[in-house]
Amino acid sequence: MTEKQPLNRDQMAAVLAQRLADGSIVNLGIGIPTGVSNFLRPEQEIVLTSENGVIGYGRLAGAGEEDPDIVNASATQSVTLNPGAAIVHHADSFALIRRGLVDVTCLGAYEVAPDGSFANWKTTNEEWNNLGGIGGAMDLAACSKQIFLALEHTTRDGEPRLVKKCALPVTAPAGVTLVVTNIAVVSVRDGKFILEEHAPGYSAEDIQAVTGAPLEISPDFRQVSV
Amino acid sequence: MPRPRIFTSMDEAIADFPDNSSLMIPGFGPGQPINLMAALWRQGATGITSISNGVGFAAGAEELRGLGDLVMAGRVKKVIAAFTASTRPSRAGTAEELIRSGAVQAELAPQGTLAERIRAGGAGIPAFFTPAGVGTETAIGKEHRDFDGRTFVMEHALFADFAFIRAWKADTAGNLIYRRAARNFNPIMAMAARTTIVEVEQPIVEAGTLDPDQIHTPGIYVHRLIQIPEGGVLHVDRATARAILQVRYHDPVPEGQE
Repeated sequence: MTEKQPLNRDQMAAVLAQRLADGSIVNLGIGIPTGVSNFLRPEQEIVLTSENGVIGYGRLAGAGEEDPDIVNASATQSVTLNPGAAIVHHADSFALIRRGLVDVTCLGAYEVAPDGSFANWKTTNEEWNNLGGIGGAMDLAACSKQIFLALEHTTRDGEPRLVKKCALPVTAPAGVTLVVTNIAVVSVRDGKFILEEHAPGYSAEDIQAVTGAPLEISPDFRQVSV
Repeated sequence: MPRPRIFTSMDEAIADFPDNSSLMIPGFGPGQPINLMAALWRQGATGITSISNGVGFAAGAEELRGLGDLVMAGRVKKVIAAFTASTRPSRAGTAEELIRSGAVQAELAPQGTLAERIRAGGAGIPAFFTPAGVGTETAIGKEHRDFDGRTFVMEHALFADFAFIRAWKADTAGNLIYRRAARNFNPIMAMAARTTIVEVEQPIVEAGTLDPDQIHTPGIYVHRLIQIPEGGVLHVDRATARAILQVRYHDPVPEGQE
């Protein structure tokens, strides 16, 4: 039996990168997803867009390459521009999102449910009080063709984040198609979680034990390769 | 064509900013009118309604006073933003507590909705329908309508008394060019205010020098210009930006606001 080895944040970003189809237009949210830009190969010909209007950015900028005016969705991480990059203003940046040009949005989340709903903008269930950190997530979630999430499989207290129904206020009522956690890769289809991949040393039973909704096991269930 | 007034002092450029004004503040990392905001801190206006992506940083340093400082000093009446709280429970900050307690009013909007509300304000469109936020708390109480079988929510335009803008280049006609991702909210906010005041990185050049095809904001939207003077802040570097965010999130809650 292999020792249990949960994925670290970079490995989760690498798994997301593997799942992006060649030629996709992709938006990377703050957190684990912004790390994806470091794992893309030029031959994938993926175009990364950011809410701030940068279309066609590349990997994180190395020392000496940093330009204070070129950042990703985090607003503080410097990134490089790929040949063919373009810059638009904030309203045009969301125009392309609303128009449906984004194939995949990768976001962090607190909870996700088998109906494809997820929560990532509010950490409490307080009555609606105009408090929260939405950023561009609702626009992206409502308008992207697919939503990929990256999150820890459980909370710090060990509670499942993959649940039957989101307890926190949702970011979108549907749309998630893939969930990458530190121990599993789960696709979301037809109102079901389908367990596709496991981190080294984790069995389907191990993963089900910390998941708050039933997992259907894919016939192709396998270990992640990163 | 009316020419914008060119100032040499940040303080003079915003001296007549009245209490109870609304203010558009661009920036998403780069592109913040850092020097105009520091001047507004010194000027003392209160009762401000801010329109910006987040509630801004609280810097502590005099030359970096931002929206966060104004909020915490009780000089902001209302914030309209895409981030009114941290997305991490461990990082709940002072501004968040002020909003929760009702001391500061807030209006939270999805970022694309916020941007489009500003664009609409500058484009003479009173309201529009968007799919963003449908089925979430942000759409509560708003008019919904179906188009071609999909549900949209109605959102209203935003227009402000003032916009503080950060440009890379400008000419004496007020034409503006932004650099890279510092553009973000600047062009749309410059169009959506009664008085648009611009801090410029490069020396302001004579009208006719900049190529008309390369202009991002036409000068007819611009009322006041000022080149960032010696000693002004050009960039908040990455390390500093991080330090500032730390201050914003970890500042203790003032007594009586808990």
